[in-house]
Amino acid sequence: MIKLVDIHKSFGRQKVLDGVNLEIEDGKTTVIIGGSGGGKSVLLKHIIGLLKPDSGQVIVDDVDIVSLNDRDLNEIRKKFGMLFQDAALFDSMNVLENVAFPLKEHTRKKEKEIREIVEERLRAVGLTGVEDKMPSELSGGMRKRVGLARAIAMHPQIVLFDEPTTGLDPVMTEAINELIIETQKIFDLTCVVISHDVQSIFTVGHKIAMLYEGKIIEYGTPEKIKMSSNPVLRQFLSGSLEGPINVI
Amino acid sequence: MNKIAATIDNFGRAILDNIEEMGRILILFLSVLMWMVRPPLKLRLIFRQMEFVGVKSIFVVVLTGTFTGMVMALQGYYGFKMFNAESLVGSTVALGMTRELGPVLTALMVTARAGSAMAAELGTMRVTEQIDALYVMATNPVKHLIVPRVIAGVVMLPLLTVVADFMGILGGYFVGVPILGINSGAFVNNITKMVDLGDIYHGLTKAAFFGLILSVVGCHKGFNTTGGAEGVGRATTEAVVLASVSILISDYFLTAIMF
Repeated sequence: MIKLVDIHKSFGRQKVLDGVNLEIEDGKTTVIIGGSGGGKSVLLKHIIGLLKPDSGQVIVDDVDIVSLNDRDLNEIRKKFGMLFQDAALFDSMNVLENVAFPLKEHTRKKEKEIREIVEERLRAVGLTGVEDKMPSELSGGMRKRVGLARAIAMHPQIVLFDEPTTGLDPVMTEAINELIIETQKIFDLTCVVISHDVQSIFTVGHKIAMLYEGKIIEYGTPEKIKMSSNPVLRQFLSGSLEGPINVI
Repeated sequence: MNKIAATIDNFGRAILDNIEEMGRILILFLSVLMWMVRPPLKLRLIFRQMEFVGVKSIFVVVLTGTFTGMVMALQGYYGFKMFNAESLVGSTVALGMTRELGPVLTALMVTARAGSAMAAELGTMRVTEQIDALYVMATNPVKHLIVPRVIAGVVMLPLLTVVADFMGILGGYFVGVPILGINSGAFVNNITKMVDLGDIYHGLTKAAFFGLILSVVGCHKGFNTTGGAEGVGRATTEAVVLASVSILISDYFLTAIMF
């Protein structure tokens, strides 16, 4: 169970998170939605300890990770996988080496065994025969798939997705959404997805949380979110320029 | 009055920024030392960086060393001829190369070639979240990215300096003996008489220190890059400027200490 308790975070004078409280259920996919630049990625980085809050607690399996030293934090991080917005594949390594990276770093498995796991993970994300390709030779969708294969290489409990469908065409967006659903089921994962793609939110989310002005203003099942009368949420889902969200 | 206050304010701020940056570089250096002694050693990464910093810099170092030795012989000949002491050209070139120009020019060339590349590569990794990905996969980026580069810098710079020294003396010989007509025996004899191992060791010690400077500065600038592609360009330029200036300033103090 991941629990965010009263998280505050500012960069200089800009307050990005202003008392975020959220519980993320085990074995479910929670989607965090919100406008561009609204602090969604910042929130995600707090969950895995890439950023520390100015105040508040980030509790992962009953441990507050905010106060942990590097060594203990790394132990917690082994429970996680993360798919970055642009996949963050290592440019200097091919696909095989990218996916094998966490296995080589943290296990004593033999080369042959690692290769088998890599091939199995690549198959799970719908890729075969790309092991020797470099990241620069892959399309955006393929890079995300390889990123996902790397994220699940160590069979983590929790996978974080930072805008997994941004920059993809509608068909590839659907394919990635299906992949998130499938992977979540097969590996029994707790998933946290950051997104502002309305279509994807309802496809992949078991629970949806809306982040606005540094706070979670609405949380619930997709049905509850669809029925919500919150004017911010209504405007966000309808994409209207009229309403409390001021973009211009 | 406000203008004066603003000037003082800006000046003070610039000094504070520089002190803060020096502090950050020192913290990175200490962190490198700490991670250097923690197993595993990651030899494959270290050898890859040694190849990049050392082997791939040989050509540029050979060229620099050779032509520096050649021009020193020409300039030395011009001066020594006034005192009929042309035979001292060899020892002058050898002393100049081993004590000073070999390590300094090698360090400046490697800074331009490898120090800039370190900043650009780590900077790109930073802005494309590859460094965050390392953290997420419970791998320390200092251990994985910076320690191999610093070891490569410290080990390969003295080796490249040996190449530069040798090529400089050889270049001086080819200009001095066949072209300017200095006696071959006198040229070589004066080198062996006037250059001792201490001169070479001093030069190589300096080279190792310069290797440390260029790699730590290059990695620091790259590792702390912000602001996308423009930030990577800025980090690369700053790395080359800061490392080059630091090498030249530290050269004076190292020479003064070892003199």
